[in-house]
Amino acid sequence: MLHLASVVPEQKDSQQKKKRQPFIYVVGQNAVLFATSTVQMLGFIGEATLSCWNFLLGKARFRRIDLLLFIEECGAESLPIVTLISVLVGLILAFVGAVQLKLFGAQIYVANLVAIAMAREMGALMTGIIMSGRIGAAYAAQLGTMQVNEEIDALKTMGISPMEFLVLPRLFAMVLMMPLLTLYSDLLGIMGGAIVGVGMMDITVVQYLTQTQATLDMANISLGIAKAGIYAIIIALSGCMRGMQSGRSAAAVGEATTSAVVTAIVGIIVTDGIFAVLCDALGI
Amino acid sequence: MHWVFDTEMNTVNSKVKLKPHIIVSGLTMAYGDFIIQRDLNFTINHNDIFIIMGGSGCGKSTLLRHLIGLKSPAKGQIYYGDINFWDAGPAERSRIMRKCGILYQKGALWSSMTLAENVALPLEEYTDLPNPAIKEIVSLKLALVGLAGYEEFYPSEISGGMQKRAGLARAMALDPEILFFDEPSAGLDPVSARRLDDLILELRDSLGTTVVVVTHELASIFAIGSNSVFLDAETRTMIAQGDPHMLLAETVDPKVKEFLTRGKTVSAETFSGWKE
Ligand SMILES: Nc1ncnc2c1ncn2[C@@H]1O[C@H](COP(=O)(O)OP(=O)(O)OP(=O)(O)O)[C@@H](O)[C@H]1O
Ligand SMILES: [Mg+2]
Repeated sequence: MLHLASVVPEQKDSQQKKKRQPFIYVVGQNAVLFATSTVQMLGFIGEATLSCWNFLLGKARFRRIDLLLFIEECGAESLPIVTLISVLVGLILAFVGAVQLKLFGAQIYVANLVAIAMAREMGALMTGIIMSGRIGAAYAAQLGTMQVNEEIDALKTMGISPMEFLVLPRLFAMVLMMPLLTLYSDLLGIMGGAIVGVGMMDITVVQYLTQTQATLDMANISLGIAKAGIYAIIIALSGCMRGMQSGRSAAAVGEATTSAVVTAIVGIIVTDGIFAVLCDALGI
Repeated sequence: MHWVFDTEMNTVNSKVKLKPHIIVSGLTMAYGDFIIQRDLNFTINHNDIFIIMGGSGCGKSTLLRHLIGLKSPAKGQIYYGDINFWDAGPAERSRIMRKCGILYQKGALWSSMTLAENVALPLEEYTDLPNPAIKEIVSLKLALVGLAGYEEFYPSEISGGMQKRAGLARAMALDPEILFFDEPSAGLDPVSARRLDDLILELRDSLGTTVVVVTHELASIFAIGSNSVFLDAETRTMIAQGDPHMLLAETVDPKVKEFLTRGKTVSAETFSGWKE
């Protein structure tokens, strides 16, 4: 038995296992890693842009049926969870506002608070976060598994660009559906607010709705929708990117999924911050 | 057993004028700093059935990835005819790859498509055939690998061996000039494996395909191989090349002999070791 164990000689430098490294080394290594991953990210965005350009020129190839399936996946199938979260967020906003506004008898302004907050911020933000978990993670897992199964290699050697064939339909599905979902979310949030307003603060339905109508203008709504479009790009690209970068093991796919969601949410929040500053500066 | 058919085959083969199809020269393969194999030199001729063999983990699949343009060499060149594959630029590489069919170790069927769609995709991409003709070719290719009637199945609905065979059907879709097979018979029963060997011979003889096969199936190596290279994990380089039969007859290298005789030499030692 011992002889059998020693028949195959040990590979000397196959012992690549890391030894404990000094602190400085680890810091340096992480800095280099960060730099390379930033370059990779920019490269991925560049490639995706080129593919979109190819699509506009009519040269990009993907299956229409894939696009429809993805649209269904991120559109219709997301409705239940978006409904639930949006109504609850509307309710919560109204509660928080109601307590404060009651102090100086301005309950009716709950309608303003909810409408503006949903349209400008929370509709897009909440939908974005839901979609990061639902769709970004799914994209990363799908592409990661394809990487494990060598499906992406098979596409490449076939001369089909994975960027066009796999990423574009996913990206388009998200960009088409996110704004619609956000509009839907705005609406349901306002409904949630109305439940609190009408149910607890003796505002009539008509009063609440007229007040909402008076405060909401196109600028607020379109700001939310513009954000949604950008979040959609962030979510789809980070999902696809992490999936494509995934290693060739089940553990690596798990990491890719986690990392896709984290990347997407960080991206969304940072973008939202930039939007807030910009809107303030531009007076939108 | 199989050896018998084979002498005949080799004489047929030697009549064909040897013309290099793929030349590997001074190839070193590495993942980062970790060298897998170095100084590989061999030539794959037109009409060869070229076997890449060696123990598990010695870098056979990695070598295949270099040959099909998925991983660039750390050092050395690969020539397709006169073209330096890795210096030629991506457009030229993809033009060359269009004439190649590849069966991956894990099948690599596109999981969101049915078997028929998998086999049809290359045809839709690179030919102007009308849909009914494509459908017919797809059925034919699937029938060739014993999967007639499985057109509408998804890859997840069939067994591993069947996935392998469907991958083979997809690799053959465009009647390529070169076929690369990564362990085609792994996961197949002996009868299917034998049928696969026949299919490979048939492809070579009727279409003049050059076939590159990664395998450790001894029966298969001797039944179809007309040339081969043996990669060794320990010394990280090739330690033998040539017709597998000649290798078996002439090699003095104990590792190659051990491999080609299913480890008879080492197990004899092992058993004598046990007796003491
Ligand atoms: N992505 C990778 N990163 C680092 N090392 C790798 C990677 N893939 C493979 N290797 C190493 O390369 C070596 C060769 O792997 P390869 O898959 O080519 O082996 P193989 O000869 O095809 O084996 P098998 O017969 O089991 O398929 C292995 O020892 C492995 O440690
Ligand atoms: Mg292998």
